[in-house]
Amino acid sequence: MTDLSMPQSQTQTRSQSAVGKIALRWLLYVLLGLFALYYLMPLFVMLTTSLKSLEEIRTGSLISLPREVSFDAWKTAWSGACTGIQCEGLRPYFWNSVLIAVPAVAISTLLGALNGYVVAQWRFKGANIIFSLMLFGCFIPFQVVLLPMARLLGMMGIAGTIPGLIFVHVIYGLGFTTLFFRNYYVTIPSELTKAARVDGAGFLRIFWSIFLPLSLPIIVVTVIWQFTQIWNDFLFGVSFSQAGTQPVTVALNNIVNSTTGVKEYNVDMAAAIIAGLPTLLVYVVAGKYFIRGLTAGSVKG
Amino acid sequence: MSEWLENHLPKVVLAPSFIAVLIFVYGFIGWTAWVSLTRSKLLPKYEIKGFIQYERLFDSPRWDTAINNLYIFGALFIIIAMVLGLLLAILLDQKIRVEGAIRTIYLYPMALSMIVTGTAWKWILNPGLGIESMVQGWGFTNFEFDWLVNPDYAIYTIVMAAIWQSSGFVMALFLAGLRSVDGEIIKAAQVDGIPTWRIYTAIIIPSMAPIFLSAFIVLAHLAIKSFDLVIALTGGGPGYATDLPATYMYAMAFSRGDIGQAASSAMIMMLVVFAIVVPYLYSELRAKND
Repeated sequence: MTDLSMPQSQTQTRSQSAVGKIALRWLLYVLLGLFALYYLMPLFVMLTTSLKSLEEIRTGSLISLPREVSFDAWKTAWSGACTGIQCEGLRPYFWNSVLIAVPAVAISTLLGALNGYVVAQWRFKGANIIFSLMLFGCFIPFQVVLLPMARLLGMMGIAGTIPGLIFVHVIYGLGFTTLFFRNYYVTIPSELTKAARVDGAGFLRIFWSIFLPLSLPIIVVTVIWQFTQIWNDFLFGVSFSQAGTQPVTVALNNIVNSTTGVKEYNVDMAAAIIAGLPTLLVYVVAGKYFIRGLTAGSVKG
Repeated sequence: MSEWLENHLPKVVLAPSFIAVLIFVYGFIGWTAWVSLTRSKLLPKYEIKGFIQYERLFDSPRWDTAINNLYIFGALFIIIAMVLGLLLAILLDQKIRVEGAIRTIYLYPMALSMIVTGTAWKWILNPGLGIESMVQGWGFTNFEFDWLVNPDYAIYTIVMAAIWQSSGFVMALFLAGLRSVDGEIIKAAQVDGIPTWRIYTAIIIPSMAPIFLSAFIVLAHLAIKSFDLVIALTGGGPGYATDLPATYMYAMAFSRGDIGQAASSAMIMMLVVFAIVVPYLYSELRAKND
């Protein structure tokens, strides 16, 4: 009797635990799905709201699909919405952001590559202290430099201009770009540099023909990091720009908070998507490098 | 001459960046520290008068609100983002089929500007047309959700939006940590018949202490610097109910014309950041040199 019941109960518990496992697995996927909905919900709401008419927004529900898809709000957001007295939409400010981001990213990445190369491969006395001091600059709350920077830009005659903003972004991006390249170049054996020197290659030639060709991954990480930082910047943009030179984040905030006329929620949402699109696109296309930058910038820095 | 240049080229290349950092980081901190000790108002004055600005700051009810808000916002934001991030990382660590896609969805808010996030949540939380009217439309006509315009609760809307933005990033940090735990130890524990939840609580999570520290540092740093999100979501209002130190500093510097207050509040912010970051950086750099 007992001999028979033993294996029976065992198979029973085994099949029970198998059922439990499948149920647990389902629960897991349901939970993951719910969280995915939570993260997607704001994007969904933004998108559907931007495609609705104001009338439908007032009468319909937040999460309902548009009954009639209209791109009018997008047109207004791009070229007609008011950011105060001017009503030119986001377009001029979007281009301001491009004009700020492209040179600032290029210059800070190039300088970071050269600095990182020096700090990692040409260690001279004090190089470590210099690197530590530069690294430290990454962590200051920028509020502490806003006032003197505003005065300096004024004295240099570039207050409220796009070159002024490029200058600010290059300066305060240097710490991170140097860190990225330094951490990458440190992994390249210094024997390589030594051998090249024996062969008569100089500082710049070694950088140009040995290190730069090896650097593609870290260049991508740095460019993405800097682009995201500069495109999404608001503090410097709002502090150091004037009417006409504002970056897109500042213009978006002005559109949303402008108090003149009827509140056009669909235009606000279209404008928000337009302002977020470039960095979102970069993330979707090169997410791997984006995450690498995030973790390198936060964990090791 | 050219030989001298070749020998010193590395220093020559590094020098401009280093000098720039010396001036624009350390020099500027010095300037702000100096001005925070003067009676500067609309224009900076350079005659030192002691800690008068700091006394004014600590007497100011608005600064008091900003600091209290920082405590509430910082504590909730850090704790919830870490718990949520860890939970998501553990869920994703169970050999999920579409892990890559799910990770992409959880992390995309991090690519957005805080202004975009703030604009989206401002609309979702809109008392007349957002979640409130949606739930009322489902038949719960008494449902009220006016936190965005309620001075007592508005700060929690900032917590909500900030968590949405950053928790996916914490998840990515923890997931990398979970994956770096020695697989042999976990296998041994599984062979011994230790249940999965015990493996997590007794083996995996304790071994991730450094990741917890990193996540804490990053989130604390984000919390103290929070500025854009407040501006976009509540504008610091209603009144100044959702002011944080960063918005206080900005208001003093650029709309109130009170440079002394702006400088002293910026210095306090920096001291708080340094109190958190310096011990961490120091131990990191020392660990690397060992």
